[in-house]
Amino acid sequence: MIAHTTPLADWVIILPVVLALLGAAVLLMLRRLVRAQVWVCAGVLLLILFCDGILAQRVLDSGPLSMTMGRWLPPFGISFTADMMGAGFALAAAFVALAVVLYLHGDAPESAQRDGLYPLILLLVAGVSGAFLTGDLFNLYVWFEVMLIASFGLIVLAGNPLQLDGAVKYAVLNVLATALFLAALGLLYGLLGTLNMADIIGAAAKSDPAPLTAIAALLALAFGMKAAIFPVNAWLPASYHTPPAAVSALMGSLLTKVGAYAFIRTLTMLLPTARDILAPTIAVIAIVTMIVGPLAAIAETNLRRAIGFLLIGGIGIVVSGIPKGHMFAISGAEIYVFHAILTLAALYLVAGLIERVTGATDTREMGGLYAANSLISCLFLVLILAISGVPPFLGFWPKLLLLQGFLEQPDIWSWLLLFALLINALLTLIAGTRLWSHIFWRPGTRALSSIAPQPIGAAVLLTGIIVIFGLWPGLLLKAGIIGASDLLDPTRYIAAVGLSP
Amino acid sequence: MEAVFALLVGLFLAAAVYLMLSRALVRILLGVVVLGNAINLLIFTAGRLTRATPPIVPPGQKIADAAVANPLPQALILTAIVIGFAMFAFLIVLAFRAYQSLDADDTDHMRLAEPEDQPHPPLEY
Repeated sequence: MIAHTTPLADWVIILPVVLALLGAAVLLMLRRLVRAQVWVCAGVLLLILFCDGILAQRVLDSGPLSMTMGRWLPPFGISFTADMMGAGFALAAAFVALAVVLYLHGDAPESAQRDGLYPLILLLVAGVSGAFLTGDLFNLYVWFEVMLIASFGLIVLAGNPLQLDGAVKYAVLNVLATALFLAALGLLYGLLGTLNMADIIGAAAKSDPAPLTAIAALLALAFGMKAAIFPVNAWLPASYHTPPAAVSALMGSLLTKVGAYAFIRTLTMLLPTARDILAPTIAVIAIVTMIVGPLAAIAETNLRRAIGFLLIGGIGIVVSGIPKGHMFAISGAEIYVFHAILTLAALYLVAGLIERVTGATDTREMGGLYAANSLISCLFLVLILAISGVPPFLGFWPKLLLLQGFLEQPDIWSWLLLFALLINALLTLIAGTRLWSHIFWRPGTRALSSIAPQPIGAAVLLTGIIVIFGLWPGLLLKAGIIGASDLLDPTRYIAAVGLSP
Repeated sequence: MEAVFALLVGLFLAAAVYLMLSRALVRILLGVVVLGNAINLLIFTAGRLTRATPPIVPPGQKIADAAVANPLPQALILTAIVIGFAMFAFLIVLAFRAYQSLDADDTDHMRLAEPEDQPHPPLEY
């Protein structure tokens, strides 16, 4: 039981959220100073990145950290609890947001900046950081909604018919997904009488597995909708290509990954008994998602829609690590989410560069870009290799861990997952290189325009980080193993919150 | 009493699903509202129903004398109502703007983001 107030240094757990919310409020007050917005936003994001870095360092060194609001001791007050998975993802999210703001500095139209582009980005970062760092399931729901409303604002900001069309589908289906999440929360509270994650672990172990499995299935459906897993993925390709590329990058890299994070968190740490019962179902949706995503990307000609389908295939890879509950597989899933946050953001930004240079969104109308701009073509190729998991790049390491995890307990499901993962890598490579040869290699007919240096800088920055992590993956692998072992044996997590396991 | 409420939640959910299966955007939004209320009622019921004993601790005491109503589901519902209200306000404005610029309330006619009858992707380079 925690009987003392939180030490000052532990406030770093909540600082990313506080800073983002404060920054958004300040930016709203400064809305008349259009030119200052980007600098204030970038400054706040730098501070958030710094806090997330300190937090991740502390969690890596000394295990999960927790603080509880007010004097309502756990499990009653709302706890913020950072473990390696949450802190790592928050760090990646803050970095991506910073890169996107750098991109926007040279790309955003003045009207968008006047209409609150930067406050909305900070609100989105607040929602995402809160979702990654909270230790309370109802609080997770609140952060989902914060993130959702900010993303609604971002997607309709320019307000042209195409975006309104995409936003209708995005908004209705995502509101439905959070409503299902809330229903599952209500049932879970009725069954266990608690919403604190650390407390749920203990209570769920003693509870009747039958209703718990039904609740876990409802949670899996809700988070599956958020993450765009196969049968409930239709909203993603209908909406993610409609806003400007930078907004696509933020949403594509952060929002679906929060769904994937919640999926991993609830099914591996909170409700492992229900996970074991649901394992065949989860394995089937993972396999189908892994195959369908890149297949659809091969058949797609709209560049950003094709990237959206590659994203969906990647979500299938994350889910494939969950059904067996093996340490390597789960750490592979975690590292894959980390990798996908960075790689998808970079891919969407590069897609934005390509659209800006060629003036088209459909790959049938692009061509001849290799001769005109070899830098963009190198970036795109590196990212395609990274997302398909070709060895020296970042995407290879999580897939290696997943394969190792499947081979540790070889049964029929493991073999199916293993083959699906390999086919996914092959199909992703085919889809990506096909896009590359259409956009860059084929002789083009259109006149090409030039772009500002900041957007290119942002894409180079993200790609550089991906290459560096791919060449020196030691730290990442170590963090992934620590994160997975804390998920499978949450003793340290429960102790950090201040409850007895 | 819980059984009656559970049936009521089921009725609300069925009505919400029926409305949301419609193609008309306005009906879908009405379905979203009914769904939100169904879930609020669900949380309320899941938090156990008790007779009217307000959860107030008498002055000078640390705990209440007798069993009191559970205040937590009410706090959860209040949060959910506020959030649901904001979401619904946004959805209504969005639907109205979509009606204005797309001239469509029928989701079958909202095909700008995913055009029908696209030519096939090129088969060679």
